[in-house]
Amino acid sequence: MREQALLQIRNLKQYFPISSGFFSTQYLKAVDDISFDIKEGETLGLVGESGCGKTTAGRTILQLYKPTAGEVIYRGTPVRTRQEIAAFRQKATMVFQDPYSSLDPRMTVADIIGEPLDVQNSTENKIARRERILELMDRVGLNSEHAARYAHEFSGGQRQRVGIARALATKPDFIVCDEPVSALDVSIQAQIVNMFEELQEQMKLTYLFIAHDLLVVRHISDRIAVMYLGRLVELAEANEICDRPLHPYTKALMSAVPVPDPKEARKNKRIALNGEIPSPLHAPKGCPFHTRCPYAAAACKESMPQLEEIETGRFVACHRVREIH
Amino acid sequence: MEATQETEKTALSAADFEPAGQEEKAYMVKMRPQTTAFQDGMRRLRKNKVAMVSFIIIVLITIAALVIPIFWPYQYESMLGMTPGKPVDPSFQNLSPFSYSTTEQARIAAGEKVFPHIFGTDASGRDYFIRVVYGTRISLAVGFFASLIVLVIGLLVGSVSGYVGGKVDLMIMRIVDIIYSLPDMLMVILLATVLKTAIGDSLEGTVLARIGSNIISLFIVFALLYWVSMARLVRGQILSLREQEYVLAAKAAGARGGWVIRRHLIPNCVSVIVISTALQIPNAIFTESYLSFLGLGVNAPMPSLGSLASDALNGINSYPYRLVIPALVISLIVLSLNLFGDGLRDAFDPKLNG
Repeated sequence: MREQALLQIRNLKQYFPISSGFFSTQYLKAVDDISFDIKEGETLGLVGESGCGKTTAGRTILQLYKPTAGEVIYRGTPVRTRQEIAAFRQKATMVFQDPYSSLDPRMTVADIIGEPLDVQNSTENKIARRERILELMDRVGLNSEHAARYAHEFSGGQRQRVGIARALATKPDFIVCDEPVSALDVSIQAQIVNMFEELQEQMKLTYLFIAHDLLVVRHISDRIAVMYLGRLVELAEANEICDRPLHPYTKALMSAVPVPDPKEARKNKRIALNGEIPSPLHAPKGCPFHTRCPYAAAACKESMPQLEEIETGRFVACHRVREIH
Repeated sequence: MEATQETEKTALSAADFEPAGQEEKAYMVKMRPQTTAFQDGMRRLRKNKVAMVSFIIIVLITIAALVIPIFWPYQYESMLGMTPGKPVDPSFQNLSPFSYSTTEQARIAAGEKVFPHIFGTDASGRDYFIRVVYGTRISLAVGFFASLIVLVIGLLVGSVSGYVGGKVDLMIMRIVDIIYSLPDMLMVILLATVLKTAIGDSLEGTVLARIGSNIISLFIVFALLYWVSMARLVRGQILSLREQEYVLAAKAAGARGGWVIRRHLIPNCVSVIVISTALQIPNAIFTESYLSFLGLGVNAPMPSLGSLASDALNGINSYPYRLVIPALVISLIVLSLNLFGDGLRDAFDPKLNG
């Protein structure tokens, strides 16, 4: 029996209109036709370089941006109407990248954490609300004495804990973690990542963990999806994809991961990619990666490769994936 | 040896401890009392001496303006020395401070007590002190209500325009631009003149008739013209604030537009709004005074600080204090409002306080 997917993302597209001139409107294809499943209880890492649409993908999945096309199916039901989105918001929340700008400077920590409860009227009275807030603060390792303080009185790590407590307020089962540790010190990163893992165990959470730090992603993820120019290029088990990447872009990405052991590091050959990532406004025809791909062939310039299952659980979007191995 | 002695001395058994009582426990987990942002702001405001002094001055002036006319023996419009059927007693006119007319001197000589004319009287024999007090009342009322109108309209239009954006924003901002491009003074004078005749008749017999058509038209002028700068200010603030991540975070929590505007956007631009409202009051007082100067302000014989000052221009050489007194009162009000506005900003902006 196949595991039930918590979330199914089907042909999700997010185009942003950019007016260029008076009559013509260009579209920035931030997320272009991505489909994948997120299984209950897993952590799916989403990686890619800056501007590849990771964050937009996360936000579109949560319906923070109205998808241009495609749909998000939560536990078998598509999320479409206002009511469905409102209900979905209780079950799917988000931890933001920047713990400084994502907390309202005018609200006390208690109010920030309690806001989802207030918006959705999910606690009966003030006492229940307060109890819930203190419980959440305790859960993320914040001192309950700090409930009346403002966010700017805290350090980055503590602020991110506030952000996590807030995300947990409505007892969600799915959290989009949008680069939750990239704004933090390395020592604090470890604490927060460990806390994510503990919380997942305790509360049976499912994560979509967006990051560009591959070591962190490998550590926390069960599976990893790689994005390039708004498209998924590879999706596989975390260890598989890190040790044996199949897509040429993933190979280059993995070869760039710093290895802590210098002897090992010398053995690794870095695959240097030529050129810059093309602007998503003028995405190349055919395979989006062909402009920088060392294996690019004529076919790559013509048609867009689709994500296909090469081996069980390994999805790759590349015309030549079978030849280059 | 010493070391062992030391350990013997400090060795403790379970019997040496006693469990903490409820009170002690409560003391340990004592929390900072939970306060709202507003309470915190008020606490900081109370600590600010300059702001508090300014606030007290504003309150005192306001109370004086409201209370003094109730018990003062002279009325702002009664011309002393003018009794029906008798010739006018010119000795009441243009009295200098604390002096008395010939009839009053006679009454004092007869042992009667006569209330002094603290600031003297004006050219028509009206007690100048009560006119200044009454003028302060009118000026404050005009300033306060006009700013309130501007605040409400500007806040509403500005926040909707900034938050909704797109075509709505475009339309509203073009209207704002049109109103902006009209010459202020000309529009104020034209509107005040037109409205004076237009609404004068319809007011007859209503409560508003007592206030006077001029003041009503003044408010309408303010409502029509001066909201634009407030709306622009609020829109600008909201435009920059709505891109903040905490707004997105609120949306992710399920918040709708109204909630976001009320809970996040307006509280975060409140300092700017407060300052600009505090500055709008003196602005309104000034506008009222130049309209009064042109004869479009308050209806005679009702005084305002502006009309008192302009009346005083006629006798500037002989009676300079008649110009100085209302000018001083205006300055005091304006200065206090500005300092108090600054204090408010400091108190309600936790980011500035670090």
